[in-house]
Amino acid sequence: MVMVQSFSTERYRRRRIVNRTVLALSIAATVFGLFWLAWILWTLLSNGIASINLQLFSQMTPPPGGKGGLLNAIFGSVLMTLVGTVAGTPIGILAGTYLAEFSYGNKFGQVIQFINDILLSAPSIIIGLFVYELLVVRMGHFSGWAGCVALAIIVIPVVVRTTVDMLNLVPNALREAAAALGTPKWKVITMISYRAALQGMLTGVMLAVARVSGETAPLLFTALNNQFWNTDLDRPMANLPVVIFQFALSPYDDWQQLAWGGALLITAAILLLNIVSRSLANLSNLK
Amino acid sequence: MSGQNVADKLFFGATVGFACLVLLILCGVIFSLVSGAAPALRTFGFGFLTSEVWNPVTEKFGAAVPIYGTLVTSIIAMIIGIPVSFGIAFFITELCPPILKRPLGIAIELLAGIPSIIYGIWGLFVLAPILQSTVQPFLINTLGNIPVIGNLFAGPPLGIGVLTAGIILGIMVLPFITSIMRDVFETVPPMLKESAYGLGATTWEVAWNVVLPYTRVGVIGGIMLGLGRAMGETMAVTFVIGNAHRIATSLMAPGATISSALANEFTEAVGDTYLSSLIALGFVLFVITFLVLTAAKIMLIRLQRQTGS
Repeated sequence: MVMVQSFSTERYRRRRIVNRTVLALSIAATVFGLFWLAWILWTLLSNGIASINLQLFSQMTPPPGGKGGLLNAIFGSVLMTLVGTVAGTPIGILAGTYLAEFSYGNKFGQVIQFINDILLSAPSIIIGLFVYELLVVRMGHFSGWAGCVALAIIVIPVVVRTTVDMLNLVPNALREAAAALGTPKWKVITMISYRAALQGMLTGVMLAVARVSGETAPLLFTALNNQFWNTDLDRPMANLPVVIFQFALSPYDDWQQLAWGGALLITAAILLLNIVSRSLANLSNLK
Repeated sequence: MSGQNVADKLFFGATVGFACLVLLILCGVIFSLVSGAAPALRTFGFGFLTSEVWNPVTEKFGAAVPIYGTLVTSIIAMIIGIPVSFGIAFFITELCPPILKRPLGIAIELLAGIPSIIYGIWGLFVLAPILQSTVQPFLINTLGNIPVIGNLFAGPPLGIGVLTAGIILGIMVLPFITSIMRDVFETVPPMLKESAYGLGATTWEVAWNVVLPYTRVGVIGGIMLGLGRAMGETMAVTFVIGNAHRIATSLMAPGATISSALANEFTEAVGDTYLSSLIALGFVLFVITFLVLTAAKIMLIRLQRQTGS
């Protein structure tokens, strides 16, 4: 009896030690994950803050070694992100509407949903290659339009996904109540479903904006870069990510400093968008 | 009434049309890659996949080096990413005090939100010098002396290279794998866990013997999704891998991945064969990631069916 007793406490102790070790390891893993986030943000802040001044927002990207700002790149990024989002959002919302409201889980709907999820995680550089073949080769030169199209193609799957998710959360009773009053389906969807899901869909659009505003690879193949002020989407267009890429890898100190400034700017904007859109989503969950 | 009918038809038509557009985009991607890659594939045949040569001067190209680089960096990323993601997901779902759950979730999302180029610039200017001065000499002096494995850790500490790229990829895939693991862990019915606790199981035993077997398919799906991300990641890798077209046994040596070769060389490529070879590389990347992502998706769908959610 005594033997059994001692055996089981021994075993119990070992189980407890294993448990404690694993718990400690999982806490360590969490700290490890947060550590990188803190380190990256700190690096950006300490290196980039010196470049955040009026010059950054008022002057063009300089020639090698010179002083200047990022005005043309900021403008190009904002413009292409805006056009890409404005073009991609309605497409994404309508495609998502089909999946959530019309497909009733049929084969076609399942296939589209599946493909959409693949596109959502597909490497963005592939999208860049696609648009390069589609537009740049045909037009014979890099252009802002090609950049917009590439960004729109990246926006679409994000918006489709959130639209489907959000419309699926709308209670069917709402739709049935409207339908019982004789409301045609398109009105039920636009007046009832969309309104009920509005905040969630808005979150999706903001997340899509956050996603595309940091995209570099697809722009490298489409909009490329432009050292000068340019508002013509038919010509190569400066944009923050590509400028950061080129300046950071250059041997000039001034250029590298500007790259850090741009990196801080872009990250701050994206993190802000992320936080705002997520708190918006929570607001709608509370309702 | 007929006006409403027309509006209904138009609206339905628009939604179907744009749903088809999603399909069209995928077809367009495949078609444009195939047609762009055709000249190179016709010239080099299947040898393109196995040849190590990458010589713009003689216009001889092979994909073996970038494919190797893509696989090795992704494997390193998974070695780092999987256990850490599991740890974080385990902490969030089983241990974390409720008040910390949301801030932690947001922090993980922010890590996912940081653009790839930021990881790149940070990796090149901050992480690589630190690896060069501390971690790499340590690895070379310890693991480098072991007979067979030592070859992986031989050579001078350059800072940039395959290992550094793998480490950064590991950090980048953390949030993706973590958030999927967290989501699938939360699908486990509380009843299952409680009955295990009722039998006297420890937290770890519940996680290992109840939660993990129940969510296995989903966990593997999440890992594959992370793998797909790691393989296609471009800018972060481009900054730190060194872009050298040769296969070195040492992980410290510079190398190239498919995406880094594309980002580095595409805009400077002259000559149709060169450009076509780069597009062929893109096609190879597309095929690999497509297969991995499809497998991931199928597994996640299977878990969904199983839990009925």
